[in-house]
Amino acid sequence: MIPQQFEYSAPKTLDEALGLLAEGAKPLAGGMSLIPMMKLRLASPEHLVDLGRIKDLNYIREEGGAIHIGATATHQDVLSSPLLRGKCPLLAETAAHIGDVQVRNMGTIGGSVAHADPSADYPAALQALEAKIVLKGAKSERTVSAEDFFVDTFTTALEPGEIVREVIVPIDGDGTGTNYQKVLQPASGFAIVGVAVRVRKQGEKVTLARIGVTGLSNRAFRAKEAEKALEGRSGSPAEIQAVAALVGQGIDANSDLHASAEYRLHLTAVYAAKALATALGRIA
Amino acid sequence: MATTTITKTEKLVGKRIRRREDPRLITGTATYVDDIKMPGMLYAAILRSPHAAAKIRSIDISKAKALKGVHAVFVGEDTKNAGAVPCGASLPGLRVPHHNLLAIDRVYLVGHPVAVVVATDRYVARDGAELIEVDYEPEAAVADPEKALAPGAHAVHPQWADNVAFTFHQEGGDVAKAFAEADVIVKQRIVSQRLIPNSMETRGVVADWHAADRSMNLFTSTQAPHLVRSLVAQILGLEENRFRVVAPEVGGGFGAKIQTYAEEILLAWISMKLQKPVKWIESRRENFLCTIHGRGHVDFYEIAAKRDGTITGIKLKIIQDLGAYFTVLTPAIPTLSVLMMPGLYRTPNIQADIVGAFTNCTPTDAYRGAGRPEATHGIERMVDMVAAELKMDPAEIRLKNFVRNEEFPFPTATGLVYDSGDYSAPLKKAMEMAGYDQLRKEQVEARKQGKLMGIGLCAYGEICAFGPSPATPAGGWESATVKIEPSGQVTVLTGISPHGQGEETTFAQITGDELGVGIDDVLVLHGDTSLVPYGIGTFGSRSTAVGGTALYYALQDLKAKVKKFGAMLLESEDVTLANGQCTDNKTGKSVGFKEIAAAAYRAMKLPPNTEPGLLATHFWEPPNFTFPFGAHLVVTDVDRDTGNVSIRRYIAIDDCGNILNPLIVDGQVHGGVAQGIGQALWEQAVYDDNGQLVTGEFMDYTMPRAHMMPWIESGHTVTPTPVNPLGVKGVGEAGTIGASPAVVNSVVDALSPLGVKHLDMPLTPEKLWKLISAGSNA
Repeated sequence: MIPQQFEYSAPKTLDEALGLLAEGAKPLAGGMSLIPMMKLRLASPEHLVDLGRIKDLNYIREEGGAIHIGATATHQDVLSSPLLRGKCPLLAETAAHIGDVQVRNMGTIGGSVAHADPSADYPAALQALEAKIVLKGAKSERTVSAEDFFVDTFTTALEPGEIVREVIVPIDGDGTGTNYQKVLQPASGFAIVGVAVRVRKQGEKVTLARIGVTGLSNRAFRAKEAEKALEGRSGSPAEIQAVAALVGQGIDANSDLHASAEYRLHLTAVYAAKALATALGRIA
Repeated sequence: MATTTITKTEKLVGKRIRRREDPRLITGTATYVDDIKMPGMLYAAILRSPHAAAKIRSIDISKAKALKGVHAVFVGEDTKNAGAVPCGASLPGLRVPHHNLLAIDRVYLVGHPVAVVVATDRYVARDGAELIEVDYEPEAAVADPEKALAPGAHAVHPQWADNVAFTFHQEGGDVAKAFAEADVIVKQRIVSQRLIPNSMETRGVVADWHAADRSMNLFTSTQAPHLVRSLVAQILGLEENRFRVVAPEVGGGFGAKIQTYAEEILLAWISMKLQKPVKWIESRRENFLCTIHGRGHVDFYEIAAKRDGTITGIKLKIIQDLGAYFTVLTPAIPTLSVLMMPGLYRTPNIQADIVGAFTNCTPTDAYRGAGRPEATHGIERMVDMVAAELKMDPAEIRLKNFVRNEEFPFPTATGLVYDSGDYSAPLKKAMEMAGYDQLRKEQVEARKQGKLMGIGLCAYGEICAFGPSPATPAGGWESATVKIEPSGQVTVLTGISPHGQGEETTFAQITGDELGVGIDDVLVLHGDTSLVPYGIGTFGSRSTAVGGTALYYALQDLKAKVKKFGAMLLESEDVTLANGQCTDNKTGKSVGFKEIAAAAYRAMKLPPNTEPGLLATHFWEPPNFTFPFGAHLVVTDVDRDTGNVSIRRYIAIDDCGNILNPLIVDGQVHGGVAQGIGQALWEQAVYDDNGQLVTGEFMDYTMPRAHMMPWIESGHTVTPTPVNPLGVKGVGEAGTIGASPAVVNSVVDALSPLGVKHLDMPLTPEKLWKLISAGSNA
C-alpha cells in the first residue's frame, strides 16, 4: 500500500479517541474498507485514529435482557461467540457469511456498520433484529434504530466526530426462528442479495415476522409489506412463496456488472423464500 | 499427498517427490524483486493515462519536481530517443505501432505511461506523480474488436483508419470441395473473452548501472531473462556481455512475463541517467491495466460433415483483439490457434483467416495456452454442435474422427506433424472413470424430473515444447550445463527460467538418475544471465521437453568423461557407471563418484586425451514440437431458480508423454484446470465504451478460489514422444486448454432440453437464468 502521508494515533481510551475525532481525525477499525480506498488514494485522511487498542470497545455481553456488542468485536468474535450463537444466532450466522477468514479476523462490526456498504451482510440481520446502534461523540451519546441508522449508500445517521460505540441486539425466547441467505458476488464476496429473516410463532400462527434485505438497493431495509403478509398466517409453502414475492416489490433495484436489477429482484424472491422456509423450520 | 523417501540406489524419475523449491516459498524466505535493496536506491512511480484515447496538450511537471525527495521527473520527450518496446512477431504486411516508453503526444489506452517520477522512496514518488498536471484532450475510444473494424470507428492509430493491424490467410486441402459435398454444415460465432493473467507477484524491476565498467544489473520478474538482456541491451545500445539480467524468485507468469516491457527499458535508462540503482514495483491496479491480457477472440466457425459424422472441412475466421500496441508476441498468438484448429481430428481440409484489430485496450499476448485454448474451445464446441445436429453421441463423433494410432507421425492440414498419440485412450479412460453410460441414463431420468444435468466432453490437443528454431521468433533450442564439483556434488545450470513449474526438482531427478547420485547432491540454478549460458526461457510447456533434453545430453557427455576417470582409477577398459559408483565389469572392483570427482580436479594423472575437470554444456535444437493430448469429462447441474452451475464431477485425463514426477504433473493440471474453469464460469476483462476497464481490481474480476473448485479426479495415459529421448511432451498448459470447452459443453448439454445450442463464456448465473426462464415460459 502506497497511501498519502497521514498521522496515526492509537489511543488506549475511548475519550482520548473521541477527542481526536472531534478535531477532524478519521476512525480506523479493522480497515477492511478504508485501507483499500487509501491504497487506491480514493481516500486520503490526514489523521487516522486506530480504535483497535481501546479495550472498552471490544466486548460481547448480555445486559438488561439484550446483547451488547462493542464496535471493535471482529466478525470472527461475533460468529464464534457462545452468547450470540445461543441467544442471537442470526447475527452469528450472518457474520459467518462475511468475506473470508482473513477479513473476518480483521473486520469489525462497528466498522462494517459505520461504512454502510449497501451490499454488506450485517445490515440485513440488524434490520431483521430491530437492532439498536449506540453512537458516541466527545460530548454526546445517542441510540438509534437500525432502520434510522442506514440512510443511503455509504451514508448513516453518524454525525461528524461520532463513532459507532456498540450494537444492541435482542434476545428472542423459544418460538423464534431465524436465517440469513446470501447470493455471493463471486469476486468481492459481498452480497448480490442477502435476506435475513426472524419469525416467531404461537401455535400455528406467525406472530412476528421481520425481514431485512441487503444488496438489493441503495441501503439495507425492512420488507414491511412482506412482514405484514406473513403475520397471522401459518407459513405454509404457498404462503412463503407469496410473501417472498413481496420482499423486493416496489424497490428500485441496483444493477451492475454482476447482476441486473431484474435478476437481483428475482434472486431476492428466491432467497427470501429459502430464508423464510429455513427460519420457520428452525422454530423450536 | 504421499511422498517417497529416496535412497541413492532408487530411480528418481517417475517418483512423487516433493518440490525442492517449496521450503523457501512456504516459509517466506524466497527473494523476489521487491526484496532487493541497494545502497542509495531510488524508487520510480509511473503516472498513467486515465483516458483510453486522448491528445496530450501539455504536461506540467514543475510541482512534482519541486517536491522534497524527488530526484527526477521524465516525460515522453525525454525518453523518445531511448528506443521503443519491441515486438518479436513478424507477419506479412504487419502494421507495428511505435510503442514509446512514455507517451509523447497521445495516449492509446487507460494505463498508458505518461511520466515517471524518481524519488527517495516509493511514497514520495507516488506523491510526485500525483502532482504532475497533464492537459488531455479526450477523444472517442473503441474497446471492442468488432466495433473497431466497423466503418467509421475511431481510429486507434490515426494513420490506420480501418484499425486493421494485419490479415492472415491459410488453407490446406480442398475446403471448397469439402463444403460443396457436405451433408451438413454447422456455423457458430464463438467468443473467447479477454482475460487478465493475474500472477500472484506483479511485475517489478531494479536497474543498477555502473558507469565505470559500463555494466548493468537488471533484476526483473520475467520468464525469459536472456531475451530481456538481448533486447534491452540492444535498445539502449549497451554491451550484451556487460548486461546482466536476473530473474530472482518469480511469483508466476502464465505467459505475461515472456515480454520485454517498457518499464524494463525505462528503469535501465533511468539508472544510467541518474547513476543510481532504481526500483519500480507494479501495483496490482497497474498489473490489471498494464501487464498484457490474454485471449480476446471472436471466432466464426463453419464445419462441413458427412451424415455419418465424418468431419470433412473447417472454416475459421478469427477477429483478434490486439489492444492498442504490441508486446513481444501479440500478433503471433492467433496464428497458433490456426495451427491447432483441427484439434485431434483427421480433417484434411481447412481454411483460416485472421483479422488483427487495434482497440484502445491493453495489448493481448500469451496467456496460459496462448492460442491453443481458443482453438480447442472452438473445435470442441463445434464438434458437439455437429454431433447434436446429427443426433450422435459426442463421444462417438470424437472417436470417429480422431487421428488413428497407425497414422503417426500425422501431417495436419495446417502443416504440422503430430508426433505420437493414442487419442481415444484418454477419452475412453475418462468415460470409464465417470461411468459414462450410466451417467447418460441418469441424465434421462433427471430430465424427466425437469432437472438440468449436463455431461460435457473435451478431447484436446496441444502444440508444446517450442520449438524448432525456424518456427520461433528468437530461437527454440535450450541449453544446459552440468558441473561436477571436486566434492562430487553436482550443479546444473539451465537456460530455462522456471517460476512455479518445479524444474529445480525434476531436473535434479533426471541428473540424479543419469549420474547415480542422490537428489540432495544436485543443485539446479537458473535465471541469472551472468551464471548460466544463453537460454530461451520458460513458456509454451517447453522447459522439460526442450531444457530437460539439453540437460540429458549434457549428462551423457559428462558421464562419458566420468567413466574415463573411473576406468583410469580402476586401471580398466570396461566400466559401468551406476549407483554412484564406477565398476570394473571384469573384476567387480569399484570406485566411488566422489573419488572420481576429486581425481578429475586434482589431476595427478589424466586419462588419455582428456582434460582435467568435469563440466559439460549442451545446446539442444528440437526436431519438432511435441503434441500432448487428453480428455476432460465434466458433470454439471444447473439450478433452474438461479442459473448457478455446480460441477458435480471433474475428470481430467492427460497424456503428456512420460511423467518425471506425478506430484508436479498433478499440480500443473490442477492449476491449469482452475484457470480454465475460471474462464468458463467467471473471469472476464470488461471494458466500457469509453475504454475504461470495469473489472480492474479483484473486487470485480472473479479469480477462481480454492473454495470454488471442484474435486479434480486426474488420471493419465502415457504415450511417449519420439521427439526427445526423455519421451516427455509438456504439461504446463494442458489443464487450461482442456477445461473451458469441457465445462461449457457440459452446461450446454444441461440446457439443451431448452433448445440451447451454444453459450459464450463466462457462464454467469444471470446469463443462464435468462435462458432458463425464457425456455420455461415458452
